[in-house]
Amino acid sequence: MQQALLDYTLYLADSALILGQRNSAWCGHGPVLEQDIAITNITLDLIGQSRSLYQYAAQLNGGDATEDTLAYLRSEREYKNCLLAERPNGDWAQTILRQFLFSCFQRELYTQLTKEKDTTLAAIATKSLKEVTYHCRWSGEWVLRLGDGTAESHTRLVTALENLWPYTGELFKAADYELAMGLDPAALQTNWLAAVQSTLEEATLSLASLASCFMHVGGKKGVHTEELGYILTDLQYMQRAYPGCDW
Amino acid sequence: MNATLLHTEATAACWKLMDQICDPEVPVLSLNDLGIVRAIAVKSPPSEAGIIDITITATYSGCPAMDWIANTIKIELRAMGYQSITVNHAISPAWTTDWMSEQGKEKLKEYGIAPPEKRFSIPTDGIPCPQCKSEHTRLLSEFGSTSCKALLQCQDCGEPFDYFKCH
Repeated sequence: MQQALLDYTLYLADSALILGQRNSAWCGHGPVLEQDIAITNITLDLIGQSRSLYQYAAQLNGGDATEDTLAYLRSEREYKNCLLAERPNGDWAQTILRQFLFSCFQRELYTQLTKEKDTTLAAIATKSLKEVTYHCRWSGEWVLRLGDGTAESHTRLVTALENLWPYTGELFKAADYELAMGLDPAALQTNWLAAVQSTLEEATLSLASLASCFMHVGGKKGVHTEELGYILTDLQYMQRAYPGCDW
Repeated sequence: MNATLLHTEATAACWKLMDQICDPEVPVLSLNDLGIVRAIAVKSPPSEAGIIDITITATYSGCPAMDWIANTIKIELRAMGYQSITVNHAISPAWTTDWMSEQGKEKLKEYGIAPPEKRFSIPTDGIPCPQCKSEHTRLLSEFGSTSCKALLQCQDCGEPFDYFKCH
């Protein structure tokens, strides 16, 4: 049970950190200043959430583990982030849609966790949920703007949807540690899909052709796409090159 | 002086100190104005062993000011004679702008930041301009220069300004 709780906490932490690391690449490169600031604010929230979760995981793990050793010294196969988080930034449409799909999922997930009997996870979820509400609204507005915008922006969002959708199935498939904790991510799917679908439809996008598409799985149990290795190389560079370095 | 009185006075002095330490990113707000100091427990006053536990809570999960604030609290308490200082970070209950003092909200306005208001729980057009008081304002972005602020612009005086978001 303790191991399952640790693994689950790492899954939550890794997903937030990896998406945060992905988004952080936009810092200084956003299409306009206000949106650059928005995506980096969201990034800060995600990394902040991951810090709270890693601190808890370190406590569960015991020994010499700290939030830093968990983030900087675990290898690819030890990372449990969902595959969606590690998808490439692509263009602005892909980054936005990835954020939207993920934030809508986080909203359902954290809502469920606020009722969790583990009080630390419930507290982190309660705090994070306030932030996620902003992320959902901001990314949702951009999905509308791009989908129902110009022919070019529409095409780009359609491509992003085709690229990302096959990585959403995993979110609702229980990993061993979720089963051990009695958590059922499948129960989150109905609300998530309803929210996502209604925004996509308003943005003039259809999920019809993707209804039965192949869904990738693996991230939650440590089997990742090629992308994660490159992300970790960047993320962990300082600690790998200068072990134990500190500010 | 008896032990209880010593503790009471020492605790009061620490709360007073929290009026003097300001948020590094919104320097008109003290830690008490922000409502982020949740508890002060003097276990032994500085005239004795000098042991103290302080509990603070972050405004937003990723607020980069938290480490600076925790360190500043430690430095200032050490200067007051405390030898053993523990700063705990509480996650629950989650911080809310409801904990911001009325005095803090006034200070924000004078500083040029629109204070949080319940009727604007979601940032929107029309939040009064802290410069000219006009309500003819436009929301530029729900995200601003720090996690806790949104960005607006006044359509009358033309001034861009921050809104401290309800949280």
